[in-house]
Amino acid sequence: MLSIESITGSIQDFLFANLPGFFAVLVQFALVGIFVISLFAVLGLVLVFMERKVSAYMQIRVGPNRVGFKGTAQTLADTLKLVLKEGLTPIGADKFLFNLAPFVVMIGAMLLMAPIPFARNVQIWDVNIGVLYISAISSIAVIGILMAGWASNNKYSLLGAMRSGAQIVSYELSAGLSIIAIVILSGSLQLSEIIASQENGWWIFKGHVPALIAFVIFIIAVTAETNRAPFDMAEAESELTAGFHTEYSGMRFALFFLAEYVNIFIACAIGATLFLGGWLPFHIGSWTAFNHIMDYIPSSIWFMGKTFFLIFIIMWFRWTFPRLRIDQLLNLEWKYLLPISLINVLIMTIIAILGWHF
Amino acid sequence: MTSSELKEQLLQLHPSLSFEEGAEWLHTNVEAVDWIGLAGTLRNNPILSFDFLFCVTCVDWKAHLSMVYHLRSTKHGHTLVVKSKLNRENPEIESVSGVWRTAEFHEREAYDLFGVKFLNHPDLRRLFLTDDWVGWPLRKDYEDPVNMIKL
Amino acid sequence: MIEEVGTSTDGDLIINIGPQHPSTHGVLHLVVTLNGETVKKVEPHLGYIHRSIEKMCESLSYRQFIYVTSRMDYLSSHINNLGCAHAVEKGLQVEIPERAQVIRVLMSELTRLASHQLWWGAMAMDIGAITPFFHAFREREMINDIMEETCGARLTMNYMVPGGVMYDLHPDFQKKVKEFVQFFRSKFDEYDELLTGNVIFQARTKNVGIISKEDAISYGCTGPVARAAGVSCDVRKLFPYDVYGKLQFDEVLMEAGDSFARYQVRMGEMRQSLSIIDQLIDNIPEGEFQAKTKAVLKLPKGEYYSIVETARGELGVYIISEGGMTPYRIKFRSPGFSNLSALDHMARGSKIGDLVAIMGTLDLVIPDIDR
Repeated sequence: MLSIESITGSIQDFLFANLPGFFAVLVQFALVGIFVISLFAVLGLVLVFMERKVSAYMQIRVGPNRVGFKGTAQTLADTLKLVLKEGLTPIGADKFLFNLAPFVVMIGAMLLMAPIPFARNVQIWDVNIGVLYISAISSIAVIGILMAGWASNNKYSLLGAMRSGAQIVSYELSAGLSIIAIVILSGSLQLSEIIASQENGWWIFKGHVPALIAFVIFIIAVTAETNRAPFDMAEAESELTAGFHTEYSGMRFALFFLAEYVNIFIACAIGATLFLGGWLPFHIGSWTAFNHIMDYIPSSIWFMGKTFFLIFIIMWFRWTFPRLRIDQLLNLEWKYLLPISLINVLIMTIIAILGWHF
Repeated sequence: MTSSELKEQLLQLHPSLSFEEGAEWLHTNVEAVDWIGLAGTLRNNPILSFDFLFCVTCVDWKAHLSMVYHLRSTKHGHTLVVKSKLNRENPEIESVSGVWRTAEFHEREAYDLFGVKFLNHPDLRRLFLTDDWVGWPLRKDYEDPVNMIKL
Repeated sequence: MIEEVGTSTDGDLIINIGPQHPSTHGVLHLVVTLNGETVKKVEPHLGYIHRSIEKMCESLSYRQFIYVTSRMDYLSSHINNLGCAHAVEKGLQVEIPERAQVIRVLMSELTRLASHQLWWGAMAMDIGAITPFFHAFREREMINDIMEETCGARLTMNYMVPGGVMYDLHPDFQKKVKEFVQFFRSKFDEYDELLTGNVIFQARTKNVGIISKEDAISYGCTGPVARAAGVSCDVRKLFPYDVYGKLQFDEVLMEAGDSFARYQVRMGEMRQSLSIIDQLIDNIPEGEFQAKTKAVLKLPKGEYYSIVETARGELGVYIISEGGMTPYRIKFRSPGFSNLSALDHMARGSKIGDLVAIMGTLDLVIPDIDR
């Protein structure tokens, strides 16, 4: 069976057989770079289209349906429009930081692609501190947002950036603690090993109630971290017009836009990996026939399916809930989610030590 | 309270008031200098308790301006219209924004469109027009060859 | 003019919300003084859509000026026209046929429903929920279609004329209205599920933008804004006009005076409007739809003041006639103007997000304020 695993494997074998080791690695770098950039673009297009269709469905509309087959080329056309638009830099802006900010956000999102296991044995970089790496790199985005807000020399942008700063710094705690709950269970920071530990069942099923709580908190926290409604305080279009990217136009705006969607993808991919077994198929105990059929579905489909399911949930939030206020947002984190996650980690530790999980 | 009862009550408090007959509601005329005193009485007297100032406007009668205040009591349900003649060249009247807060905006509107100066108004500026606008548009002798529609 | 934009001397941030801003719903301009996220002062700057309708009306005849008033509160244009028609009728002393009165009330209530539906969607959008807007517009569209059939217009109806209404009802009117009422009743649960019962929505609106009963009266608030604070001010009850006096309906009153109370009042009013329509739709009397009036109207010398309840509150039309073909002076007492003046009082000390939510619950229509 032609799987992504065999493709990547054969490319690697081919390179190392025909080129000296150093050049083979260089070529691999280039290939990975192209892969990440094209994935970035494709994900942006697909997710924007998905968002528009999901919102249309919830809002009793049709959504994009003219450009391309059933409107599928609509986002491509929109991106083209954004590329062709003039990228304005306001006179009062700090030009260097203003132009740098979208790239910081985008590069942060791209770097996060590295440790994600897209399918069986397909991972750009199986770093042994994968979870730590993800928590560290995902914080870079806030620097980009603060940069954009400050450099725009616009008070709406500044307010948006400040909100975003407060919000991401707070919600990272809960996101981190809910990830730690899984790290405690699996005993490793390496994503491939975390997946391997779920061979006999996903953590969301094996980890009892604490894993479920950790999962819910994780979803809430990443929704907040990616600045999505109901936590879209940084943009808050009815309050701050467009928040931190008010002054951005053209391609630089598109980069923020794409980075938002790629960040959602990554957040959901991590959620799927940690809680829902990553690329592992769905197995039920001793139903061998059923499990066998499930095994036939390629691992990449499993991974994408789980990720897109989580993305759908996050989109569902956005199109159903009103926006929280900034103080309510911080109250939710510091007064509810953080204490709950701390206690949850404690319970999880007890469970892990006593070996109560399956 | 009916109009005639209201009239008697008002005459007891302010014997100098004059009244107009024939309209739907009781109309009374007051001198501009007496207005702020009367306003306080109308608002605070428990029998009258005109707590709701629902319309403030000005009318240009060519010879003079006239401020018109429509008052209602949310407690008793009676209505009173108070009018005050103002000098056209230098229209001045005491502001009642301290008595009814809604007057602040309505008086700014009257200042903007008629040029009535409200003494002791907290923030008397043009409301609709730009600050550098010349003239008082709703006065009858206002001419604007650019913006005005003539039929 | 616009203040020096930037930071004030004591370190407060001054931002301009509007005239182009997603949540001012028009060209309202608020100069907001902020301390961090907290609102210290809100100062409305008006006039971006000031057309001086009052001056315009002075040169229009008593039949013509009504059309201009559709452009004031464009969401209650029927009721604006009705207020003007009433003022003229007071001067003419004409008796309005029963059928015209019923049609007027039906149209007013449909307008109120349409206006409140738009408000519901727009307010949800101000708070950050986008989906309700589309749901509200589905129902509003049905009302617009009904209006279009009978009045020939969807927004600026110009249907009420002195003496009655301009044309008779469309033959399908009753059927379509009944369909709409039935459909809309079934959607109320959906509305409640989507927004009213939402925890975030309640957290955003409860205890926010409180105005007390005394302040509401002092600021001249009317309509749902005042009724949410417990002020009984429904013109339909206090000074019944047309057939309102014969109808069974409740004035929706709340005590809290916060954003959520204003929300509940409007939701309750929608239910009351439906019940009014129910009472009338099968009982439209036969007869003339317009009283006989002269081709050229002349009002006797005098002053005429009429009050109607628009979707936003009490609209006063004050006509001073010198006996000529055109009014000597017209003043429109618009509900939004007074309601807006209370915004500063309501929003002080709250957050920016609340300011937007409060503006949403005030249901401001800027052309109504600027005139």
